[in-house]
Amino acid sequence: MTSPVTAAPEETDPGAAVTRRAEARRVTGRSSAGKRRQRLEIAMFVAPALALMAIFVVYPVYSAARMSMYRWKGFGPLVDFVGLQNYVRVLTDDVFTDAVVHNFIIVFASILVQLPLGLALALLLNRRIRGRGLLRTIIFVPYVLAEVIAGVVWFQMLQPRTGLLETVLGSVGIPVPEQGFLGTPDLALATVFVVLTWKYLGLAVLLFLAGLQGVPDELHEAAQLDGASWWQVQRRIAIPLIAPTIRTWVFLSMIGSLQLFDMVWILTGGGPANATTTMATYLISQGTQSGNFGIAGAASVVLFLIGFVMAVAYQFLVLRRDTKADA
Amino acid sequence: MARRSTAYGRGGPLVYLIAALVVALTLGPVLYGALGGFRSNEQLARDPAALPDPWVFGNYGNVLSNSSFWTYALNSTVIALITTAVAVLAGVMAAYPLARYQFKLREPLFLVFVLGLLFPAAVAIVPLFILITRDLQLGNTWWGVALPQAAFALPVTVVILRPFLMALPKELEEAAMIDGASRIRIFWRIALPLSMPGLVTVGVLAFVASWNAYLLPLLLLQGDTRTLPLGVADFSTQYSADTAGVLAFTTIAMIPALILFLAMQRRIVSGLQGAVKG
Repeated sequence: MTSPVTAAPEETDPGAAVTRRAEARRVTGRSSAGKRRQRLEIAMFVAPALALMAIFVVYPVYSAARMSMYRWKGFGPLVDFVGLQNYVRVLTDDVFTDAVVHNFIIVFASILVQLPLGLALALLLNRRIRGRGLLRTIIFVPYVLAEVIAGVVWFQMLQPRTGLLETVLGSVGIPVPEQGFLGTPDLALATVFVVLTWKYLGLAVLLFLAGLQGVPDELHEAAQLDGASWWQVQRRIAIPLIAPTIRTWVFLSMIGSLQLFDMVWILTGGGPANATTTMATYLISQGTQSGNFGIAGAASVVLFLIGFVMAVAYQFLVLRRDTKADA
Repeated sequence: MARRSTAYGRGGPLVYLIAALVVALTLGPVLYGALGGFRSNEQLARDPAALPDPWVFGNYGNVLSNSSFWTYALNSTVIALITTAVAVLAGVMAAYPLARYQFKLREPLFLVFVLGLLFPAAVAIVPLFILITRDLQLGNTWWGVALPQAAFALPVTVVILRPFLMALPKELEEAAMIDGASRIRIFWRIALPLSMPGLVTVGVLAFVASWNAYLLPLLLLQGDTRTLPLGVADFSTQYSADTAGVLAFTTIAMIPALILFLAMQRRIVSGLQGAVKG
């Protein structure tokens, strides 16, 4: 973890950058004809990617923003301009505000539960135990499965009466609610979160483990010679050293939790009684099922803004430390 | 990962106990699905937690002889292949000048791709549905799903590939230029082959993302153009009484992603780690 391997726009070594720049000038930028040619080449290389992004990312996001200002049922031209009325309706709709709350519950629960659990497992797997490679593979299996496929299996397991969980929990004396875990409004969101943790813990473990393996052996040995216990070494040396990895995982987890859709749609469809709606399930049911495209547009924009503000804030408050430390 | 691992201390019995518990919890649901597929509904109803007795092969047989299953599998495969090809090709082309050329707009242009990471498909999904089905008339087609998926895969692809291309030794390019090779030729003959490991990584990531995708196919594909995740979800609602059949269908649908993962484990892992190290 000494230098960023990706995603760092800054040059890590200013000396190399200067030589490279000089090199490039010598090779390509000799004349204005060469410059024009270079510009043409760049345009040609970048054009397909930019065109795809413009058509399938930028334009739809722009249309969502435009749609959000109109009352529109999905056909005919956009004529019924209503200004910010859709936003008022979305933000005063209890189903939507609850959905935002659910998204944030998942965001914070992930950090509070998956982070310590993932870290503990990574520290555990970083010991010299037999079958470590196999263990790592197994832990990562759920992450590779489609959310839908994992969701369908869990859905079957969670069925009241016929599901596996009822039998297993019953045998250790834990009662299962009458309507099953997914059918009980107070338990449904927590149940979805348990399934999400099962699905995504492997990613956290894998990333933390990779970070831990970058911690030089010498540090461990030195601390050991000084009489530090295993736990002291982890807490004072290993965990601080992989802090950048942890911070990046938190970022990824946060963004993923805000966009949550597939698993909820399969397990509960947002129910029972809207107990598990997320922003994404809200806008899908408004847009494609109820045909309230203006409302869906406004919900999309709110979802984007929340994600954007959180990403930028996190970047400035937390991740910036990492890039600074690297420079 | 050139360094030796920093294992510290061996595992005592407690460590092995925790490891065993984690394995059981992780694999439990997968095994429940796989074994449940070998049982009859009557067996499942009697005791959901038991092993197959006797083993029933009919559920898996039914899935494999079901022509819709093969249609879904074909759709999933073709869409994933198109998505991967488009994302990797357009991605490496964009990453190349961002890594190897010097020009004023280089960093702003790169920032466009970084910002792209912040646009979740969910935000654009409803207009995307209108754009694809009405404006482009690509609803219920492979390309209609693959192109937007590739577009949403591009930011990660470019962000992972750029440092790969930056790390290529410039001596090779210089030598080729002195020999009179054009930039385009250098791109095809030198940069592409040398960045193969990176291309495989982003390719596998794009393939798995497409293979597992649900939201976009859900809106864009119906009937015979559906993909496996849609097929699994629809099958499980349509035949909800046939638990054993649902489990068999789901288990078979897991297999391709699992095989791909086991074969490409190193690449996926290094790709994810690379993406996270920034």
